Parts: sequence; structure tokens; C-alpha cells
Amino acid sequence: MTAHALPRSAAEATIVKQFEALKAPPVSPRRAAAFERFAASGLPTRRVESWHYTDLRAAMTDAAPLAPSPDRAAIEASRALLAGRDKAGAARLVTVNCKFAPELSDVLPAGATAASREGRATGAKDAMASLVEAMSPDSLTVEITAGAVFSGPIEIVHLAVGEGAYSLYSLTEIALTAGARATVIETFLGAAPAVQRHAATMMKLAKGARLKHAAAVGDEPELHLESQLVELEAEAELNAFGFVSGGALTRRQIFANLIGADAKIALGGLALIDGTRRADTTIEVVHTAPRGVSREFYRSIVADDAIGVFQGKVVVSPGAQKTDGAMKSQAVLLSPRAQMNAKPELEIFADDVVCGHGATVASIDPEQIFYLQTRGIPKDEAVAMLLEAFGAEAIARVDDEALARGLRSRLAAWLAGRNAVGTTQNGTMEANA
Amino acid sequence: MLEIKNLHVSVHGKQILDGLSLTVRPGEVAAIMGPNGSGKSTLSYVIAGKPDYDVTAGEILLDGKNLLEMEADERAQKGIFLAFQYPIEIPGVATMTFLKASLNALRRARGEADLTTPEFMRRVREASQRLKVDQEMLRRPLNVGFSGGEKKRLEILQMTLLEPRFCVLDETDSGLDIDALRVVSEGVNALRDASRGFLVITHYQRLLDHIRPDVVHVMAKGRIVATGGPELALELEKNGYRDYAVQAA
Repeated sequence: MTAHALPRSAAEATIVKQFEALKAPPVSPRRAAAFERFAASGLPTRRVESWHYTDLRAAMTDAAPLAPSPDRAAIEASRALLAGRDKAGAARLVTVNCKFAPELSDVLPAGATAASREGRATGAKDAMASLVEAMSPDSLTVEITAGAVFSGPIEIVHLAVGEGAYSLYSLTEIALTAGARATVIETFLGAAPAVQRHAATMMKLAKGARLKHAAAVGDEPELHLESQLVELEAEAELNAFGFVSGGALTRRQIFANLIGADAKIALGGLALIDGTRRADTTIEVVHTAPRGVSREFYRSIVADDAIGVFQGKVVVSPGAQKTDGAMKSQAVLLSPRAQMNAKPELEIFADDVVCGHGATVASIDPEQIFYLQTRGIPKDEAVAMLLEAFGAEAIARVDDEALARGLRSRLAAWLAGRNAVGTTQNGTMEANA
Repeated sequence: MLEIKNLHVSVHGKQILDGLSLTVRPGEVAAIMGPNGSGKSTLSYVIAGKPDYDVTAGEILLDGKNLLEMEADERAQKGIFLAFQYPIEIPGVATMTFLKASLNALRRARGEADLTTPEFMRRVREASQRLKVDQEMLRRPLNVGFSGGEKKRLEILQMTLLEPRFCVLDETDSGLDIDALRVVSEGVNALRDASRGFLVITHYQRLLDHIRPDVVHVMAKGRIVATGGPELALELEKNGYRDYAVQAA
């Protein structure tokens, strides 16, 4: 870590040792280079602009041991866990501790494949996304061609099984060939409070491909770091949504490149943050080709002592004329101690573009609560109704009714859970720092 | 049924109601008329239980129970209904969802089971036909993008469905054209019976042509300064409030 100004932290030292141990058999030059990218900067601190509100180096006191490959017992435990859960889609793919488990997965229809493969270059510049590439020997690769026909979404369940503290590194690739269509939901499940999860998903859409994607984090890891690396060729369209309702420290980061003309991206999310949780959403959308359209619409509900972060950057390169971009972040704070940090940014290097952004942070409108109360609706119920509406408007951006329905019921469950324990309760999660 | 005794209310340190006393008997429609700034809207909010109003003295009793000790939702459950002058827009909450939540909240408070969906739909359909409320409007978010007339009709629709003991109408005629005024007034008149009381707050006589009051009170500077029959409203229409404003000062 030569370029690193700070002495190596305990977590960094552990990660270096873990990577060294992975080198038998030797890792590919690609992974070695990815590790170098991580090692050059180390765990991000506040001094890294895109990590300004989440000091990971301070938060990660140590790196938990790598999760062992799932054995027979782990597979059977996973099977039991999945049996008690409705399928969210028409076909389910399962990873157990980052390893694709074909025995727990459905076979995709003709024209689509899912397999464990040696990972491809992510092109990530971010330290933590690079670390996932370095630490992952292979990726779950889902390839979808134009001929594939699905009766509903494909669900990828990323299951964490095991006791105590462990680290997970998972790499997933979703590739759509020209003209292909698919809906994919990634669900992160099973992590207990000592788990550190590092996940990266590459989404590559060839010309005219259309992907609807949702990711849901509802389990309780100590750390959930998720990177999405998106590349859109000409006329490709991605609608991606992120739902966060658990985890002590959650960070979802999206790096999207619109490299072909007339590509469209719509990113949205809803973060439900309570107790002492921290949830960070950081996105960077880069327009490099003309006539791209980007929309970002993120909402957060921040309660108790929780902290929310939204950083959005839209970059319009000189060649990306006629770009149409709009970004919005809105947060509701439910307690005087709750915090929201919102930083929208536009970097525009082309002269013929339409781009805008807006950010609001507010509490629930007391006039609205009063109006509902005058109709006999008790205050707690009125607040829950208003929050449900606030969240549902974010979910309404999900362009798939089956996905939206699932997310709405997660929102309702979260609100019901809060009401059951009272809205003024303090969280019971341990602080992550 | 509604008794207001010596009510003193201030907002952010400013005295708005200054010893207001008023009684409305069961079956009675009482009108309150008064100039701008006389405290009419404050009175309606204080009856409904809006926070941030500081009641420094006096009491408000509904059927002998002190409303001032109750939250706004408890007052609604006891039978108070306020038709807002400016109904609040609530994005994201479908009007139907809201109506059902409200009806069932009142039923639960009375120890009754929730309405079945078909029964709820039947009641809404019936009331909305009478009040010329478009079914399509009920699928939209509550009051969002509604015209002034639509908002007021929806207030009366709620009043019809919730069957309150006591209704406060705060300038329900404002923003209404003649046709909407007639529809709204008919809706109110349909609810008049021997046990229900009404407090109709208005600037203008014209609403009282449609909703005939039993008693007219004149309010100025935070208290009732004159009480009479319907003829008092006609007199005010002719002479204005000047006499009463002077008298109260």
C-alpha cells in the first residue's frame, strides 16, 4: 500500500493476508491488478470524495474471516430456508456464501443461461468494487439473449449461512445480448449482525436490450457494500431500483456508463433507516454518447439515531449532446436526531443538454397528520399512512408490477414493525463504528 | 350538545379568542358570521383539536365531555367533524384508501367490526352519486389536483359517510360556484336531523339561503357579540359588520 498515506489499519492488514492466502493456485493478472487498485488507496476514508459521508476505514475495525465454501450441511440449511419462502419470480437462482448453487436453482428457459464462470474485468475504479473483483475467483454469470421468454422475473437469492463473523465476496454478472429483455431481482438474505458482505453486480446491456432490475437488502449484516457496474450500449434501457431496510452499515454504489447513443437509465431507490443504522446510496451516471436519458429518484425515511446519505453525480461528457438528465433525492426525518446528507452534483461538459437536480429533507407535514386525525385516524396510524404513501411513490418508479408489489409489502412490513414497538423506540443495533 | 364556555385562545402569544361562549342544541343549525380576523377559523380548529393553539381558559363540552382533553382523532371518534376551508392535499394516499381507513377507525373506536369491502363500496357509491362526486376522482390521491369545488364536495362526502354527531363547516361556500354550492348545501341538509348539531361558519349570507340556520351568531374580536334568528344574517348582508366591530372594541 505504497500510495497510502495512513498506516495500514487492522482491517486492511487482514484483507492483505486473506488475499495472499487465496494465491494458491496463483490468481489471474486481472485479479492481481484489481487488488492493486484496492491496495493503492486502502479502505476509503472521508478524504475520498465519493466516500465523504461514510468513513469505511473507521467503521471497519477488522475484516472478518472469509466464509468457507458451503458444505453439504450449508446447502441443506439453505434448502430449508428457501422452502419457507415464496418465490419472488418465475425462476430462482441461488448463491450460498457467494457460490452459485445449481442444485438449489431453477433452470432458465431457452435462450438464457446461468453458470459459475471465471469473472470478467469489472472496469471498477472504486476501491471496494475492485476488492470484490480481486477476492472473487468466479462470478455467477447470467446471460440472456433476445430469444429468451420469461413468464416473470428471475430472482437471484444471495444467501448467507453460518454462525458468527465472516466476510462474503460475491461477483454477479447480468449480460443481455442485443435486443434481449429481462427482469431480475437480487435479494440479499440470511446475514446475521457480524457478517461483512461485499457484493458487486455487473450489468452489461448490448444494443437495444432492456433490463428491469431491483435489489433488496433486508437482512442484518454488520456491513453491506454493494456495487453495481452498469454499461449501456446504444438504445439500451435499464430501470434499476434499490430497496434497503436492514444492515448496520449499508452502502449501495452505482457506476453507470451510457456508452451508446440514445441509451436510457432510470435509477430509483427507497431506504428505510432506523435505530443506529447508516445507509449510503452513491451513484455516478456518465453520459458519453449523444441523446442519453437519465433519471434518478431516491427517497429515504430516516428515524431514531439513523443516518442516511445520498450522493448523486451526473457527468455529461463533451460528446454527449442532447443529454436529458434529472435527479431527485427526498428524505423524511422522523426524529430530531436522525440525519440525512444529500449531495447532488452535475458535471456538464457539453453545451446542448437539459439537466436538473433537486434534494429535499423534511419532517412529516403536521397539517397532513392533523387532517387525518380529524377523520378519526389515530396519530400513529396517520403517520404510517403518510410514510407508506411517501415510500410507495418511490416504488411506483419500478416498472414491473410483480416487483413493485413485493417491495410495497416489504415497506408495509417495516412500518408495521415500527408501529408494533412504538415510533419513539431507540434502535437495538450496535453502532458500527 | 356543544357548549363552549368562556373560551380564551392564543396563538404564538397573540390572543385570538377572548371569552367566547356559545351553545348549540341537538338538531340545531347555528351560523357564525363575522369579519376577517374575528377568530372564526381559529374557533373551528380549536373545536377539532389542532395542536399549537394555546387554550388559556374556558372549556368545550360535547354531550358533557370535555373535548379539550382529547386528541383530534379522539374528538372525531366522539363525533366531531370539521369540514375544512382549505382541505389538505395528501400525495400518495388514494382517496378510497383514506375513506376506508377513516370509516374503520371510527367503527373500531365504537367497538364495531371493519366494514366489508362490498358494503364500503356500496356506501361510497351511494353518497358520491348524491354529491356528484366522480368515481374516478376517488381513485386519485386525496385532494391532489382537485378543484376547489371538488375538494368541498369531498369534504361533504366524508361528512355523509362518517355520520358525525356534530359538524363544523368552515367557510364551506368559499371557492364554490352556484351549482356546487347547491350540491354541497343539499348534502348538508340531508344530514340534518333532531339529534345532530351544526356550526356553519361563513362570511356571506348566500350559503344561508341554502342551509337555513336556526340561530345566527355574530363574532367579532374573538367573542360572540350578537345572537338572533335568520333575519340577523340578512341585516348583516345589508349593513356589513361595522356596527359590531365598533361595539366589540
